[in-house]
Amino acid sequence: MSAAHDSHASGEDHGSLRGYVIGFLLSVVLTAIPFALVMTGAVADKGLTGMLVVGAAVVQIVVHMIFFLHMNTKSEGGWNMLALLFTIVLIVIVLSGSLWVMHHLNANMMPMSHEMSEMP
Amino acid sequence: MSGTPIMTAPDQHWSFLLGKLSLDALPLHEPILVATFAAVALGGTALVGALTYFKVWGYLWREWFTSVDHKKIGIMYMVLGLVMFLRGFADAVMMRIQQAIAFNGSEGYLTAHHYDQVFTAHGVIMIFFVAMPFVTGLMNYVVPLQIGARDVSFPFLNNFSFWMTTVGAALVMASLFVGEFAQTGWLAYPPLSGLSYSPGVGVDYYIWALQIAGVGTTLSGINLIATILKLRAPGMNMMKMPIFTWTSLCTNVLIVASFPVLTAVLALLTLDRYVGTNFFTNDFGGSPMMYVNLIWIWGHPEVYILVLPVFGVFSEVTATFCGKKLFGYSSMVYATVVITILSYVVWLHHFFTMGSGASVNSFFGITTMVISIPTGAKLFNWLFTMYRARIRFDLPMMWTLAFMLTFTIGGMTGVLLAVPPADFVLHNSLFLIAHFHNVIIGGVVFGVFAAINYWWPKAFGFKLEPFWGKVSFWCWVVGFWMAFTPLYAMGLMGVTRRMRVFDDPSLQIWFVIAGIGAALIACGIATMLLQYAVSIIRRDQNRDLTGDPWNGRTLEWSTSSPPPEYNFAFTPIVHDLDAWADMKRAGVGRPEEGFRPIHMPRNTGAGVVLAGLSGICGFALIWHIWWLAAVSFAAVLATAIVHTFNSKRDFHIPADHVVETERARGQQLALATGAA
Repeated sequence: MSAAHDSHASGEDHGSLRGYVIGFLLSVVLTAIPFALVMTGAVADKGLTGMLVVGAAVVQIVVHMIFFLHMNTKSEGGWNMLALLFTIVLIVIVLSGSLWVMHHLNANMMPMSHEMSEMP
Repeated sequence: MSGTPIMTAPDQHWSFLLGKLSLDALPLHEPILVATFAAVALGGTALVGALTYFKVWGYLWREWFTSVDHKKIGIMYMVLGLVMFLRGFADAVMMRIQQAIAFNGSEGYLTAHHYDQVFTAHGVIMIFFVAMPFVTGLMNYVVPLQIGARDVSFPFLNNFSFWMTTVGAALVMASLFVGEFAQTGWLAYPPLSGLSYSPGVGVDYYIWALQIAGVGTTLSGINLIATILKLRAPGMNMMKMPIFTWTSLCTNVLIVASFPVLTAVLALLTLDRYVGTNFFTNDFGGSPMMYVNLIWIWGHPEVYILVLPVFGVFSEVTATFCGKKLFGYSSMVYATVVITILSYVVWLHHFFTMGSGASVNSFFGITTMVISIPTGAKLFNWLFTMYRARIRFDLPMMWTLAFMLTFTIGGMTGVLLAVPPADFVLHNSLFLIAHFHNVIIGGVVFGVFAAINYWWPKAFGFKLEPFWGKVSFWCWVVGFWMAFTPLYAMGLMGVTRRMRVFDDPSLQIWFVIAGIGAALIACGIATMLLQYAVSIIRRDQNRDLTGDPWNGRTLEWSTSSPPPEYNFAFTPIVHDLDAWADMKRAGVGRPEEGFRPIHMPRNTGAGVVLAGLSGICGFALIWHIWWLAAVSFAAVLATAIVHTFNSKRDFHIPADHVVETERARGQQLALATGAA
């Protein structure tokens, strides 16, 4: 299984040292920011801090996909892009749907949560 | 609990060695299980003895168990599905008998503990170890042939996937005789499946059987997606793919996108049971409702995973037996893709009654009605294909017609259930049971039977005898309606599912009628097995020499029956939809010279070993035998790593051998045309 596998005709990016270094540095920065935010308490509002941490995580996912997984709009004849879009659609559906459903259930069906926590 | 334990609970030393396992785990106090075990042990010993006596172990190991040929793996999946089907049907018969006699103060013949295991095992087996192996087997066998490929993209992975599924099935079977199975219903809702209400090993069997089989299912999904996207014959662009390949692609996309959700939700349940977390418990902030929400995010796509491939089967069968192109090919493709996406926005219709508000319930009610539109479009495509066609009423077409009638009614009762207020009345009733059997039997099972009759000559080189097949067909169709119409009626009257005894004697007649229906289905299964047996015995009278017994339209019919291990001596070149019909029209002859050595993947036993070790690991985890779990898990990793150093992964079929095979094929064809 050697010779047959060497043909990559579908225009994917195999990465370069420069690309990896940029990706690594961006990842480091995007990891350092959330740590700094939490450790220094630079933003007083905890909710806002949480949002910023999640935001940095999402940006880092994109960095990984571009610099380490070499995804772009053309690789594998566009199938990578399509798969990514499909995944995003499903994640949005599943997360927003679950939040919506569980919010409803929480509001309608669990009026006694404070009593439950006092139970042994 | 009757009967005295043979041995007291194991002391400290034994519990280190054996975990929770002891002689008490053997259900010696259940006479039904003891008798079953005796029968299985006798039959198993006889089978093993016969295999040893006729010295076929070596043959089975070399040619089948270690095979990476997608055709052989596909056939093994079908055999697994058939064997587990008999087990799942035995469970169904036990429930039908229990419910038919448990009236007027009678307790029936099954204890509550046993009955609850039976209905759980029936559901789990029929979905995970019958329907899934059947559709995976069909896709495995047919897809590479339909796209003109020599094998799937990752042949070893394919073998490994099959054995993981088999090991999952073996664990469920083991629970019959060692310990118990879950008594929770097929989706194991907490808090019932939590440690407080299910302290035994039943739910653990459920969890680990599904986790191990799930690995196989997910990997096989990845494999088939890669195969369809990367290995199509030159010229076959997406809109020239056969419909069955299209529906397989969408099915596998659904598998890859949804099975991780099942894995995650079962992992959370495992943590609740093994390390005392509180994701789904009643206390400490846990929410059982989250489990129900998550498992149906997997569960609803799952039903489309089952039914989409058979929609593909019916499309191929309808086009072939009507002798013309499928009506509305592109609308069929778009309908399939739309179903793929929409199947992710309907999951809440499985729990309308859990307490969401009007906005959530009406959203999911409407999406559920919307998803019936593309399915309806498919039915019209099949009907318009049949319109003014010269239909040949062979068995695959008969099953297709039975499907269209049965499935449409099942679909309509589904739309009834999609209306939240109606669902509040019908939820958890026998109406629901009748509905989903109506679509799963009428859709998936009939589709698998159509497919078996359709592709059997391709797989084995001879046609199935139609006589016993037709007897089976009528037993099945009539038996199905007799078994499930009473359930619709009782469901409307408010009878709930999973009942072991009944107070109202007026219901008994309905259950007796349903029992007679089940008996008819049993005749259908018996005659189906008879059909296979008779056809195998008389195989020389039904040889398919042409490789194209039905005047087929897609590429699998262009090669011999059964196909050579390399499928196609030369990769076919595709110019049009229904490539083989196009080639026949254009009079393309088959190549007779210029054969070259063919590069093929080599068989390996690594899949069997890896799956076997995973099975041991699962068994050890179920029984809390921690040292064995650790050792076998380490062994799984070690075997996988060692296998990466195996460089003998491929070989070449010599050109001489190809020439030989193709010459034999030429003689066969000459014989066939001479005979005709």
